Formats: sequence, C-alpha cells, structure tokens
Amino acid sequence: MENNGWNEFEIGAMLRSFDGAATNIATTHTEDRNYSNSNSFTASVADWRIEKPLFNKDYCIDCQFCWIYCPDMSIISRDKKMIGVDMDHCKGCGICVEVCPTNPKSLLMYAEQQDEDVALAEWPEKETKEK
Amino acid sequence: MSEIKKIKNLKEFSTSADRFEGANLLCPGCAHSIIVREVLNATNDDMILSAATGCLEVCTAVYPYTSWDASWIHIGFENGSTAVAGAEAMHKALKNKGRLKQDRDPKFVSFAGDGASYDIGFQWISGCFERGHDMMHVVLDNEVYANTGGQRSSSTPIGSSATTSPAGRISYGEKQNKKDMLAIMAAHGSPYVAQVAPNKWKNMIKAIQHGFEVEGPVFINAMSACTTEWKFAPEDTIAISDLATDSLVFPLYEIINGEKLNITYRPKNVVPVEEYLAAQGRFKHLFKDQYKYLIKEWQERVDQKWDYLQRREEASV
Ligand SMILES: Cc1ncc(C[n+]2csc(CCOP(=O)(O)OP(=O)(O)O)c2C)c(N)n1
Ligand code: SF4
Ligand code: SF4
Ligand code: SF4
Ligand SMILES: [Mg+2]
Repeated sequence: MENNGWNEFEIGAMLRSFDGAATNIATTHTEDRNYSNSNSFTASVADWRIEKPLFNKDYCIDCQFCWIYCPDMSIISRDKKMIGVDMDHCKGCGICVEVCPTNPKSLLMYAEQQDEDVALAEWPEKETKEK
Repeated sequence: MSEIKKIKNLKEFSTSADRFEGANLLCPGCAHSIIVREVLNATNDDMILSAATGCLEVCTAVYPYTSWDASWIHIGFENGSTAVAGAEAMHKALKNKGRLKQDRDPKFVSFAGDGASYDIGFQWISGCFERGHDMMHVVLDNEVYANTGGQRSSSTPIGSSATTSPAGRISYGEKQNKKDMLAIMAAHGSPYVAQVAPNKWKNMIKAIQHGFEVEGPVFINAMSACTTEWKFAPEDTIAISDLATDSLVFPLYEIINGEKLNITYRPKNVVPVEEYLAAQGRFKHLFKDQYKYLIKEWQERVDQKWDYLQRREEASV
C-alpha cells in the first residue's frame, strides 16, 4: 500500500497502526510493538530540527517534567527513569530544557551538528545566584 | 466497569506507553499534542477516538501515515462528535444484543478545535449531549482557526489580532468576548464539564479520569497554547500556559450535573493579566498608548469572572 497515489486511494479506507494482532497496546512500550509501515512512528522528523536537546544523566533527578511536557513523545522513560531522547521524533522545540528544574540543567539545547561527548565534557557548572 | 488507572505522581505516570505517535506534523511545541497525550494516558482501556478537521486531524493522518495507536475516525469539520456518538450507540446496541466479541467497554472521545466546537460543530455537539451519549468531547482551545491561517472564532478573546480581525490603526483586533462554552454545555445537563490546562497535568488527569468514570456526555475545554498563532517561541508553551492559568485568564473549574461549580485550581501567586498578554505577539498592539485601556478592562473582566466563580462555588450552585 505504501506507494499508492491519490487515484488508487479509496475514500473511506483504513490505515492499520500495527501488523497482526494488537492487544494491550496501552501497556506495551514502543520496543515491543509491531508497528506497521503506515504508523508515523516509522517515519522521522529529525530534519525539522535546528537545535537538538542533549541529556546529561549525572544531574537528572527523574522528575519526569520533560516526559509529560514533550509534545512529541520523544522523552524515553522506562521504570520511572528518564533514559534518553528519541532523535527520530524530536522536533527540537526546547520545551524539555525549559521545564527541567535541575541546576545545572540535565537537558540543554545544542546546534544539531554538536558532538555529544564534547558537550557532556563541557557541560556548564551549577549556576549560583548573584547577590 | 474497568479499573481506573492509578496515577499517584508523575514518576508513576511516566511508565505509561503512549498511544499517540511522533513524526506527526504538528508544529514544534504544539500543546494539542500535550493535551492528547494526557487524555490518552489517563486510561489503559481501549479507546474509540475521533478528530474534527483542524490542526490535530490534518497533522496526524497524513497519508500514508496515522499517528494513532487506537481506533480513530475522521469524517468532517463539524461532525467529529457525532462520529464517536454513532460508534458509542452501536457499541451499546451490540452489547445489549450480546453480540460483542469481547466484553470490554472502550472510552469514547472526540477531539475538536475551538472552531469546530464553539462554531461550526456546535449543533452536532449539542445533539450528542441532548441524546446523552456516553462520551467525552475535548476541545483543543487555541482560540483561533489555526489550521487555516488564524481566523477568529467565537473563542477568540477581545483584543486578539486574528487574520479576519486584524489589529491596525483603527482597530484593536477582535471585538467580541470569548463565548462561555462551559456554561452552555453545563446547561445541557451534562454530568461533568471542566476547564483544564495541560501545564496543570495532575488537575487535568483528575478531571479526565472523573469524566471517564461518569456516565453520559462529558465536556472538557482544554487550553491549548499555540506557538504559531499566539506568537511565542516554541520552547515557551508551558511558561505561557502557566501565565494563562496563574493570571486566571484561564480559570480551572468544573461544573457537576449542570449545577454545582467547583474551582479546581487556585494559584498561589496570581500574576497580572498584563504579563500574560505581554508574552504573546497576538496582543502586542495592546501596549500602544491608544489601546492600553483594553488591558485594564481585561483585568477587570478576569477579576469579575473569578469573583463570580468563587460566589458560585461558595453558594454550591
Ligand atoms: C465545513 C468546513 N468548513 C471549513 C473548513 C476549513 N477548515 C479546515 S480546518 C479549519 C480550522 C480549524 O480550526 P479549529 O477547529 O479551531 O482547530 P485548530 O486548527 O485551531 O486546532 C477550517 C476553517 C472545513 N474543512 N470544513
Ligand atoms: S526538544 Fe521538544 S520534541 Fe525534542 S525532546 Fe525536547 S520537548 Fe521533546
Ligand atoms: S526534567 Fe530534567 S531532571 Fe526531570 S527527568 Fe527530565 S532531564 Fe531529568
Ligand atoms: S498552528 Fe498552533 S495548534 Fe496548529 S499545529 Fe501549530 S502550534 Fe499546534
Ligand atoms: Mg482552534
């Protein structure tokens, strides 16, 4: 079905989100799902980004603010821990960085081409309020 | 009845598996998506969903892709609510006849913009509520017809510059006050109507779960900060939403059985309406000398409404 044009696409047609039976999706995480080719999960919007968020787990307190407020399901949390960013679906909006409460922040925006190891090595120090 | 999903705190909530997918085409920072996530993640039950034409629908069903991991239907702009109501009526009929293959009751939810709810889909929603379908209608209230380029709707507030009510030398923009949809839907005798905002996630989840629990048509007006039409930077969606709820421009409250009003969120520090307005490009012109009086009037309207809500809560009506 992938390459059908509008002429072949029947009005009233149905797209399946998964291949085969799909039960208990609400309790099955992405890695254990059988996504079909017509699920947008299989596509990427990485090229929308100008900046990307990088994650430094040393400072993270797993508050999950980034998880709840990410509009693009791109904060990966498992077992109550934030474990990383889904770079195929992150649009680089920067909300996760804004809502991150730690000092220094555990998420920061960088230019798309920034090397992650360098960024982590040069992560900013704790900010102290000027008196 | 199925069990209510336990969501004690954010850590527990973060173990949810989203049923809404990325690589949809909503703008970076769009609050529609944050609202959808909070609604869908409030339950583990099966869901039958619809979306009326608008940003949410147009951006999540771009052929050959769908971003929905639950049954989802789109028909037109005006009839997202009736699509779900029809499915709910069918489910009920099949259940009564004992013809359901599985004995699982799904949640029926229709999503629609303010244009599709306050204006163009209004009589369809009214019909659903009058017939008493067991469903939830969620408005993604960004106060504008965003998907077609920012035309005013009856949810657009006074003084906002929209493409069909532009601010300029002789006009301050939108002239009509925002329609009070909550009062209108409560007057339908709905068992539960509530105004929510995704930045107050706990408050919102409570309202959504309550809405799932009660029987009958539930109306949820969810504030949806729109980076494109409200004109603020995408990373500020939550900050702008906080200004909206904490200035009481968007007070959070519920009305039970059409008659008992409860305020569900009281900001610790109420911020001036001016701060909320100043943070968005759609109100930029209000800060010109000629239109500044409108900011004062706006603050007065907000104070009056808050006073009214408190009086109703106190009187338990
Ligand atoms: C009957 C009908 N009238 C007009 C349109 C054009 N149209 C499509 S989306 C849209 C705006 C939707 O606004 P709203 O419901 O507020 O949703 P938003 O895009 O803001 O989320 C309009 C006017 C249409 N598709 N059908
Ligand atoms: S930048 Fe935006 S889309 Fe990317 S992870 Fe952060 S909140 Fe999500
Ligand atoms: S918001 Fe910051 S501290 Fe909280 S879980 Fe995300 S990265 Fe960690
Ligand atoms: S225009 Fe506004 S509502 Fe529409 S996708 Fe963009 S941010 Fe979301
Ligand atoms: Mg709208």
